[in-house]
Amino acid sequence: MSIRKELEKRILVIDGAMGTMIQRHKLTEADYRGERFKDWHCDVKGNNDLLCITQPNIIKGIHKQYLAAGADIIETNTFSSTTIAMADYDMQSLAYELNVAAARCAKDAVTEFMAENPGATSKYVAGAIGPLNKTLSLSPDVNNPGFRAVTFDEVVTAYKEQIKGLVDGGVDILLIETIFDTLNAKGAIFAAKQFFRETGIPELPIMISGTITDASGRTLSGQTLEAFYTSVMHAEPLSIGLNCALGAAEMRAHIEELSQIAACYTSAYPNAGLPNAMGEYDEAPHQTAHFIEEWAKQGFVNIVGGCCGTTPDHIKHIADHVKTITPRQLPLVETVLA
Amino acid sequence: MQDLYMSETITIKPYLRLSGLEPLVVRPETNFVNVGERTNVTGSKKFSRLIRENKYEEALSVARQQVESGAQVLDINMDDALLDGVKAMTIFLNLLQSEPDIARIPIMIDSSKFEIIEAGLKCVQGKCIVNSISMKEGEEKFIEQAFICKAFGAAVIVMAFDEVGQADTKERKIEICHRAYKILTEKVGFPPQDIIFDPNIFAVATGIEEHNNYAVDFIEATREIKRLMPLTKVSGGVSNVSFSFRGNDHVREAIHSVFLFHAIKAGMDMGIVNAGQLVVYDEIEPTLRQLCEDVLLNKNNDNNEATEKLIAFAETVKAKGKVEVKDEAWRNEPVEKRLAHSLINGITDYIEADTEEARLKYPKPLDVIEGPLMDGMNIVGDLFGAGKMFLPQVVKSARVMKKSVAVLTPYIEAEKEERRKASLASGTANTEAAGAAKILLATVKGDVHDIGKNIVGVVLGCNGYDIVDLGVMVPADKILDAAQKENADIIGLSGLITPSLDEMVHIAKEMKRRNMTQPLLIGGATTSRMHTAVKIAPEYQHGVVHVLDASRSVTVAGSLLNKEQKVSFLKATEEEYIKLKEGFDNKKSIKQYLPYQEALQHKAAIDWAGFNATQPQFTGTKVFADVDLSELRPYIDWKPFFIAWEMHGNFPDILTDTIVGKEATKLYNDANALLDKIVAEKWLTAKGTIGFWEAASEDDDVSVNAGNTIITLSFLRQQIKKAPGQPNLSLADFIAPKTSGKKDFIGAFAVTIHGIDTHIKNFEANHDDYNKIMLQALADRLAEAFAEYLHLKTRKEYWGYDTTESLSNDELIKEKYVGIRPAPGYPACPDHTEKHKLFALLQATETIGIELTESLAMYPASSVCGWYFSHPQSQYYGVGKIQRDQLEDYARRKNMPLAEAERWLSPVLE
Repeated sequence: MSIRKELEKRILVIDGAMGTMIQRHKLTEADYRGERFKDWHCDVKGNNDLLCITQPNIIKGIHKQYLAAGADIIETNTFSSTTIAMADYDMQSLAYELNVAAARCAKDAVTEFMAENPGATSKYVAGAIGPLNKTLSLSPDVNNPGFRAVTFDEVVTAYKEQIKGLVDGGVDILLIETIFDTLNAKGAIFAAKQFFRETGIPELPIMISGTITDASGRTLSGQTLEAFYTSVMHAEPLSIGLNCALGAAEMRAHIEELSQIAACYTSAYPNAGLPNAMGEYDEAPHQTAHFIEEWAKQGFVNIVGGCCGTTPDHIKHIADHVKTITPRQLPLVETVLA
Repeated sequence: MQDLYMSETITIKPYLRLSGLEPLVVRPETNFVNVGERTNVTGSKKFSRLIRENKYEEALSVARQQVESGAQVLDINMDDALLDGVKAMTIFLNLLQSEPDIARIPIMIDSSKFEIIEAGLKCVQGKCIVNSISMKEGEEKFIEQAFICKAFGAAVIVMAFDEVGQADTKERKIEICHRAYKILTEKVGFPPQDIIFDPNIFAVATGIEEHNNYAVDFIEATREIKRLMPLTKVSGGVSNVSFSFRGNDHVREAIHSVFLFHAIKAGMDMGIVNAGQLVVYDEIEPTLRQLCEDVLLNKNNDNNEATEKLIAFAETVKAKGKVEVKDEAWRNEPVEKRLAHSLINGITDYIEADTEEARLKYPKPLDVIEGPLMDGMNIVGDLFGAGKMFLPQVVKSARVMKKSVAVLTPYIEAEKEERRKASLASGTANTEAAGAAKILLATVKGDVHDIGKNIVGVVLGCNGYDIVDLGVMVPADKILDAAQKENADIIGLSGLITPSLDEMVHIAKEMKRRNMTQPLLIGGATTSRMHTAVKIAPEYQHGVVHVLDASRSVTVAGSLLNKEQKVSFLKATEEEYIKLKEGFDNKKSIKQYLPYQEALQHKAAIDWAGFNATQPQFTGTKVFADVDLSELRPYIDWKPFFIAWEMHGNFPDILTDTIVGKEATKLYNDANALLDKIVAEKWLTAKGTIGFWEAASEDDDVSVNAGNTIITLSFLRQQIKKAPGQPNLSLADFIAPKTSGKKDFIGAFAVTIHGIDTHIKNFEANHDDYNKIMLQALADRLAEAFAEYLHLKTRKEYWGYDTTESLSNDELIKEKYVGIRPAPGYPACPDHTEKHKLFALLQATETIGIELTESLAMYPASSVCGWYFSHPQSQYYGVGKIQRDQLEDYARRKNMPLAEAERWLSPVLE
């Protein structure tokens, strides 16, 4: 069934953190390298996206845990799978292949899960497009505010290659997420529109998820929530939402505002609270779920899930709580002036 | 409740939505969007020079000035043959993104070269406008460019231009725009609300008969375009229309104004226009306006007749040259017109004679007030409401009004007396008709500041309300007794210092207890919509409204006094405040705080071992009994002076600002003229005192050795959780701790300006609010200048810790000096009660005559005091909110009852 049909009927659940789950496997440098990169010239431990090639079974296993917990949408393990972000490991040339491999891991997980659970509701794979480690609106050099570490064209090229990999690997949705610089996101939107127009492949739905970094209610690049939404509306997204940086308690006011102004569906996947003194997230699954249940009851959201620090247990609690709640109604978008 | 919420279907309107760091929604009621035009190398010589000379930082100030003077969108154009346009656009936009006060508004990327437009789009995160694309080079190229704009999410301006050429007739304009619309919406999938047409404004009155209908063609095409395609917008470059009158700004401004008047009515939504050079449509001389109408609307224009007439008229204006000719023609008008002219233009020269003439003409003296005077003031009110007049002009109008009323008052009183006698004689009751609505104003108990309140009083008075002004430091019961006795329709409270906020809450509670029903207005520098919503509104159910400035007071009073509007206005306000309060309550817990004991561990990291304090020239105090005002004058910071008059912008840029520049210059000249007089005739006396003492800190306390006693100062520490390594600051951190064994000092100062009262009374007697407010504002500025001056002397001489400093006044205003002078009651040390200690140390009341009120405001109102810190790492900051644990510790340290400490610190408590 199409995801739009599904969203009319119920609140969909997106999966939780990938990094948190990978950490549980306590992988070594050798595990990350696998057979193929055993002689790679620099360390690769920490390059989680690489595991889609070297440890596909672990990644597929995590996807399946989230599916079993009740996730309707799972995200590919491709947060940093662009030529720009992969430069940290000198693996720029692998960007396309990483995306294809990651999409396959997720698709395989869905296929296996559906075979094991006949009659389960439809499951969707979202190709995760991360924010990059270089920004287009901010200068990394405080003494030279006009300087940029990367150009718009470079960003578009990198994202276009990622999108090609994700689409070739078979994802159902593109998810531009953790946006702290709107111009980077506009680069990703531009890349997607250009890719579909040039290849003639029918456009996949795009989900957009920004990040409000602190209590000021603005993105890192300084936009208010409404200004951010206005700046990405042209993507005609399936959904607009927020993720990361904040826990559910801190995100509430912002997701409420978004639910009032968004013409499309809304999504929210907060962190498991704010990090404690040790940098760990310690909000318990039922706590996160209670916040999100309240948003659902208020009619703020259509898609919910978790970001940093959340686990299949969090997702299970969230899924159980929102299962029977009516989703947010789409606003009436007028096309004539009254 | 839940179901109620969910059954509300939200609707989203098809408006043009743009964004910078903040959104801009163009709604039908938006009327006209001003596009700032000075950041254009083809239009501004200054901007062009700065860009060519690579002075991009300085070029940013041109952009900033546009934003400050009210541009809602910023047009940026780098089309110069001598420039690398792509590079210039990229550098400028990248720099602009790091200036939040400019990047706030949406950008219009303006170029005739599409590569420059693309370069611009690649630098801006917000939703821009592309200016422009067209079908000049055929459909295919047009479609390709539109697709690119759409992929960037930009709105586009489409020029009415096709393969054949630029559209000049109404039919061609409509035909091309409609064709472009169909292509954009059907082939490109462009949202119709993101399409803006520029149907070409061409010059009229060129002498060529075919050009005579150009303005009509634009206006009529606009009307038809908006009818055919109602979601689209129409824009244009207005100055083209008057091109034939180059060099004659007087006529050009009139043409622009008349043109916009008709084009906006026909549906024009936005335009690139120099708003400061627009005359008010109603204020154009009727002959000139009529000629402009004829030329623009192509009426009475057979054989270029109207054109010839306007050209002839223009010649006469030109012939007068630059000499400002005082136009006395209005003196020949009937008396009603003359009174209105005097009121609108703030002319007092003839007001007494004209009033007398009117009095003899009308049956009763009151008829003059209710007739011609009120008619004139209504025009003033309307022009001010429409942003066509500025505050200093309105205050001048009020001065004229008061002078006129003063002429009439004795006759009105005499008439009343006669009526009273007559009614006594006939035995009938006195049935005086109810007068204008009454508004009662007061500055609350403990507060002495009243410039803002006086301005509100004048502006409301201009709008026909009867103002009862109770003055300053008025206790709650006196305000409320007076309100009941006078039967006031509205009560307005003002305050500048933070304790006044509590007093306002108290008054609201009292109004409830007394079962009063008048709406309550809240205003003044320290008040806010949020505070009103969270703290005051919940205490009183018959309407509490925060009024941001004098110009808003008129609409608020109007809504509250209109029976039909009142209910809906108060309901809307209440709903808004409840929402604000909920938002506040929800957001409150977002910030994280450290326990006070933990915050204490994060003091400012200062290497005391490596620090040796400079020994001041003396310890104890030094009094400056009468400082020459001309010495203080160069230290005046003019920006707050203009803000007091509700003119916002940087000094001196504001004097040349396109919108308010002319009035700002007048105000500035008037201020300096008065200042000349104040200095020459020694109206005011500047008294000040400074002191230095040995001091040592112990956590947040600083003990000060005042010779025979030790006085312990208590400071507050930031408690908000900060990034690792960032300190939680307290002013005590900037004084060497006892444990360091190092000798250190603290200083203090207090300054005041005496002597304002008698002159205020004189101005009041002369009905001269303009100069009264001017004098108050100048006394405030002189007190601040005095503080700046003494601080400089302290740094270089009396304390002498920075003897080599040489800073300009601008750098002083920007606080570039070493060391700080924070004032008790302000962000770094928000507790007003520490002023008692400062005053004790300086003996400020005894030596220079500053009194402290019960709210710890200083009287005379033009006074400043504060501490001096010399350590190079000392800095200004805000304490922010503190938690209960610190409050309790603070009360214990100060030996103050907890409830009392809580009351004084309520502004910084969560």
